[in-house]
Amino acid sequence: MDAVVSAIPWGPVLILLPLAAGTTCFVFPSTAKTVGLVTVTLVPLAVAGLAWRLLAHGVYHHAVGGWGAPLGIDLQADGLSLLMLAMTAFVGFGVTLYATGYFKAGQSDRFWPLWLFLLAALNALFLSGDLFNLYVTLEMIGLAAVAMTALQGGRDALVGAMRYLLATLLGSLAYLMGVALLYHGYGTVDLGLLAARVTPSPVAWAALGLMSAGLVLKTALFPLHFWLPPAHASAPAPVSALLSALVVKASFYILLRLWLEIFSPMAGGVAGLLGLLGGAAVLWGSLQALRQVRVKLLVAYSTVAQIGYLFLAFPLAAGMGLTAWSAVVYLAFSHALAKAAMFLAAGNLVHFGGHDRVVDLDRVVQRLPLTAGAFALAGVSIMGLPPSGGFNGKWLLLQAAVAQGRWDIAGVMVVGGLMAAGYIFKVLGHTFTQANVPHEPSSVPARMEWAAMILACGAILLGFLAPPFLAVLAVGNPIAAGGLGS
Amino acid sequence: MSWDAWVPLLVVASSLLPGLIIFALAEQRVRLRTALNLLGATLKLALVALMLWGVFHGHHYEARFGLLPGLDLVLRAGPLALLFVTLSAVLWLLTTIYAIGYLEGSPHRSRFFGFFSLCVSATVGVALAGNLITFVIFYELLTLSTYPLVVHRGTEVARRAGQTYLIYTVFGGALLLLGTVWLYTLTGNLDFTARGFVRGLGSEHAPALMMIFAMLIAGFGVKAALVPLHGWLPRAMVAPAPVSALLHAVAVVKAGAFGIVRVVYDVFGVEFAAGLGVMRPLAWLAAVTIIYGSIRALFQDDLKRRLAFSTVSQVSYITLGVAIVGPIATVGGVVHLVHQGLMKITLFFCAGNLAETLGVHKITEMNGAGRRMPWTMAAFTVGAFGMIGAPPVAGFISKWYLGLGALEAGKGWVILVLAGSSLLNAAYFLPILHRAWFRPPPDRWPLEHDFGRKETAWALLLPPVVTAFLAVGAGLMASVPFSPLEWARLVVQREFYGP
Repeated sequence: MDAVVSAIPWGPVLILLPLAAGTTCFVFPSTAKTVGLVTVTLVPLAVAGLAWRLLAHGVYHHAVGGWGAPLGIDLQADGLSLLMLAMTAFVGFGVTLYATGYFKAGQSDRFWPLWLFLLAALNALFLSGDLFNLYVTLEMIGLAAVAMTALQGGRDALVGAMRYLLATLLGSLAYLMGVALLYHGYGTVDLGLLAARVTPSPVAWAALGLMSAGLVLKTALFPLHFWLPPAHASAPAPVSALLSALVVKASFYILLRLWLEIFSPMAGGVAGLLGLLGGAAVLWGSLQALRQVRVKLLVAYSTVAQIGYLFLAFPLAAGMGLTAWSAVVYLAFSHALAKAAMFLAAGNLVHFGGHDRVVDLDRVVQRLPLTAGAFALAGVSIMGLPPSGGFNGKWLLLQAAVAQGRWDIAGVMVVGGLMAAGYIFKVLGHTFTQANVPHEPSSVPARMEWAAMILACGAILLGFLAPPFLAVLAVGNPIAAGGLGS
Repeated sequence: MSWDAWVPLLVVASSLLPGLIIFALAEQRVRLRTALNLLGATLKLALVALMLWGVFHGHHYEARFGLLPGLDLVLRAGPLALLFVTLSAVLWLLTTIYAIGYLEGSPHRSRFFGFFSLCVSATVGVALAGNLITFVIFYELLTLSTYPLVVHRGTEVARRAGQTYLIYTVFGGALLLLGTVWLYTLTGNLDFTARGFVRGLGSEHAPALMMIFAMLIAGFGVKAALVPLHGWLPRAMVAPAPVSALLHAVAVVKAGAFGIVRVVYDVFGVEFAAGLGVMRPLAWLAAVTIIYGSIRALFQDDLKRRLAFSTVSQVSYITLGVAIVGPIATVGGVVHLVHQGLMKITLFFCAGNLAETLGVHKITEMNGAGRRMPWTMAAFTVGAFGMIGAPPVAGFISKWYLGLGALEAGKGWVILVLAGSSLLNAAYFLPILHRAWFRPPPDRWPLEHDFGRKETAWALLLPPVVTAFLAVGAGLMASVPFSPLEWARLVVQREFYGP
């Protein structure tokens, strides 16, 4: 059994399978739904196969075409990559299930190829071991994401997509310049080799600045979040879910990798700055979310706030790297599940009542109990209340903050949690009451309700899975390898 | 895992699983839903009885799972845990029967009973929690599962009440979380331990520990309705009567008070806490709450609001008993956990009966209610006398031990608080009784329902009568083995002041 499972090249499978499926959907649009569903069922199996290999034999390497690192393309996966792949597979499954009930004929033709290409690019990104591959996959993700944002058509969607396009191109460009600088300075783009060669120097500093700035823009960290709310709120529901859950995590993942493997010894001041911006993002995003009157915008601003939490770990990592980075990965994973569930639930609300105005939600809790339940369960994780993945992540991060006496960071986290409770219960409270303007409800397909529910339950279940989760994260020890200690 | 490890899990599951199934049931499956509810409640009661017998004979019930690095989810049945579990299990069965009668024919019952069961599961988890993190998890779960019950009616008023409830409890929960994390970073351990687990810390940590104590007490004080954190309780009265019973007697308020007991005895240890100098402020806070709640109760015309302020006052007896520092007062405080529950749930059941049968919500409308509903008002009278502290009702026992304990600890001022509170209790309960028994009934009740020859539906009448009997029984038979008082003494001997 082990010989067979470990012998299959899971890395290429994870990239080529969705790529081939996407092409099939493009050529034969009538088969799209089936192909999509089959693909997202197979991808989790492939991730499971990779997990088997990883747990049995440690870090995974695959030299594409047999060429090997400096010349050819290397695929590699450690515990961190595996968790990101698992997150993508899980969210991808839920969103695909949802999308089969959501799209009308015209949009559907364009959605499926784009989504499957996006999936291939995401998997490729999490499997890449060098800076240039990361750039290529990042660019693919950006372009697919922008195109999907514009699917809806209409003025709002196009304006949102345009802003998004400019932001994402600018971000990629800055990142690429950093890559060029490093290549010029150290003669390689391989992460492992760079880790050994990079020393604090003007070139490294410039690269750090450019790459971080580009990635921060793509991750929509305050104050560079301006493009996110319009894009995420105007896109079709399954696209919003993918953008908020996965796409912003891709650029964050690269930043995390760079930080863990290359830049950690030289980044004290920058870490402080990122932490500061993260704190501002938590407060500003939550405040904006509280002020929104429409569910989708509220959820989009909540993403701005939740991204802030991820950056709070940077200043804490110097003293308690293991705890802080574990917290970040936990938060990112839980946020992906919970936020996807929330956007899908919001999509159901729009589908049901024709609008997503908070105060006019009309007894949704009776009429769409699964959707309301999914929103509530996902909200539990977003607020960081137990039992949920969000709670576990928040606990670890709080522990890192309090142990180092960083009461400012702990305070921001707690206040952010309170504000999150504010905006989530603002929606939930109105699902119980009767609206002044009753609307004509149209029925929501069961699979759309269940897709949101499955993802939300995943976010809750994560709260019970900390021991295996952290054990997987320790494979290949990406965190300790960054020289951050515990 | 051995069988003994499964029992605490089953106690939680016996309401959790029926609850989850009930969510999925269609609205009209009344029989199946009722059967599931009663089955779960009876099963829980049987399991609790098993644990009572076992713990009395020295069995050890503990379930443990990995939760986070260095932290476990622990469910453990000690004497104190069982006191609370038994109270919840007994009152849950009665409240379920009551709720079935109360909500007959009203909409959204599957949702109601689903959350109702979740709520009790969370309460049992709070009771059995073997460390602070487990406690916090179930405590937050309790907040989340009670919110839908508070807003159950779906009116604008209910929504606002739910909002108030959340603002208070989520804020308290945040303080609690922060305090817990802080404590964990100092001690690396959160397991409830007899005489506390923070003793090993040096004196340089005293300021931090005082802050942590304040945070934890504030976190629990919100649910225990300590002044000035009590504002949500009277407003949550818009909820249906079984929910009020649940909030006031079975679950929420009790969980807060229970948390305070845990913090003082099993986190800090009472001597250590007294050494820190934090017990005196706590005692004063409890005393202020007792008097303030009673005074506010005097001025309420709405029956349920008057009862709510009465709860604010009465629950603080528990805190007071703990804060006096001394074994006898602690017995009084701990036993009041049970006594207050029995008496207050009786009062709320009766208030619900008046509202459902006669449409009476205000005290000024209660003239002659005793003649129309003799059984209900008899039960109410028992509850009211218990609150005042008249023997032989259970409330007398609590006050007696609190008073004795205060004298033993040399805190004579507590007697004044107790006496003042009893006077005030009499001042706001006796007029109600006078109206109900000695004034003539009106020509027409505000909204009367006809139940034939009975005064009201049997499902509404049985629970308050039973709890009233229990309240009298707990007072009369206070020294019989397994009475609340004897069990409270066992708790204090074994867990707090034991070897």
